[in-house]
Amino acid sequence: MITGSIAAIGAGLAAIGAGMGIGKIGSSAMEGIARQPEAASKIQTAMLIAAAFVEAVALFAVVVALV
Amino acid sequence: MDCSHVFEFKVNRLIVVFTLFLAFFFVTPVLYAQEDTSKTTEAAHAEPEAEKKFNLGKFALHHIADSHSWHVIGDYYIGLPVMLYTQSGLVAFNSSDFHQDDEAELVVEKGGERFVKMHEKIYYASEKANEHGQYVEVDEAHHVKNKRPLDFSMTKNVCTLLLSIIVILAVFLKVANGYKVRKGKSPKGLQSWLEPIILFVRDDIAKPNLGHKYERFMPYLLTVFFFIWFNNMIGLVPFLPGGANLTGNIAVTVVLASITFIMVVANGNKYYWGHIFTPDVPWWLYIVLVPVEIIGIFTKPIALAIRLFANISAGHILVLALIGLIFVFNSYLVSFVSVPFALFIYGIELLVAFIQAFIFTILSALFIGMAIEEHH
Repeated sequence: MITGSIAAIGAGLAAIGAGMGIGKIGSSAMEGIARQPEAASKIQTAMLIAAAFVEAVALFAVVVALV
Repeated sequence: MDCSHVFEFKVNRLIVVFTLFLAFFFVTPVLYAQEDTSKTTEAAHAEPEAEKKFNLGKFALHHIADSHSWHVIGDYYIGLPVMLYTQSGLVAFNSSDFHQDDEAELVVEKGGERFVKMHEKIYYASEKANEHGQYVEVDEAHHVKNKRPLDFSMTKNVCTLLLSIIVILAVFLKVANGYKVRKGKSPKGLQSWLEPIILFVRDDIAKPNLGHKYERFMPYLLTVFFFIWFNNMIGLVPFLPGGANLTGNIAVTVVLASITFIMVVANGNKYYWGHIFTPDVPWWLYIVLVPVEIIGIFTKPIALAIRLFANISAGHILVLALIGLIFVFNSYLVSFVSVPFALFIYGIELLVAFIQAFIFTILSALFIGMAIEEHH
């Protein structure tokens, strides 16, 4: 038996979007570090901030889905 | 690590006061709890069908929510003080008077008023019980129609907040004292644990974002960083002193974000306000740009509050959902999968606890930095 709501589908879509976003950030950060290993710490900080912004959007969706 | 020396300090007076305060509420509830056990077992025998259905969503949301009593183990709860501002003045009593009733079935009469508790909210009780034995009126959408008194109770979150204040004060007064006692010498003990983290906040968060005026904002940034980090960690402790999910409470994060908002507004210079009200664009674009910029002032702290709240709540729900799977499938075999996975998520949560404190602090620094930036 399938129970649930449209909100769950929405949360799933948001998770897909955020996954793609964070994947892109991670891959670009890795490329950047590989090209310039001495800038690794700066790239990591910038990566974390960008990832937090993407993650926040996904979590907004989860909050909306829960409410 | 030997932590005993931490408590032989000025703050121990505070700790004693807090312990005595809690102890006052400790004594009665345990006795109540013993009486309760017999009651609940009778109830369980009476309706076994209703008990069997396990609702995962309800279970998870109940566990991350604030509560009027503090669950110890099994049927044992610590009753916390309930303080209500009612029509006939201030009323205070112990939440164990409700006997863990959360379905408005038990009426408590105090100060000439009758109260019931339903889903951790306290209502004025109705004259008569409805068909489910509840002393409240419920409409079709299961919303309670009864009036509510103003609730100033010491809930689980309030107690955890006081506890974390004591822990943070104990740790940081000790560290600050270390710098006075061992002036010019190498740090020792707690001091050498915290010094790199304090330097990390200064060198990686404050200096790059705030420039040469960073020193003015260091007290705020350090406070907010360690407050969020310590509370995230206390929230991850699953048993008594922890388990209250303080930073996963929207009210707490909104207050933290409001402080950042006030710091930005109070420190904004003429260039910052100039960018908002008279941006460097053709005048007819002002119709679009000025409202957008004004909304931007408010969305930044709102996003800050929701990010912290949602991250911490999501982590807690994830762990609870994985453990809850065992009860959904009603089989011991599921635990071989869900327990290791829950432990893995717990490990990630330790990282998230730090990252979220870092993100909140660095974004606060970034927003303040934008407000105080000089024109070039």
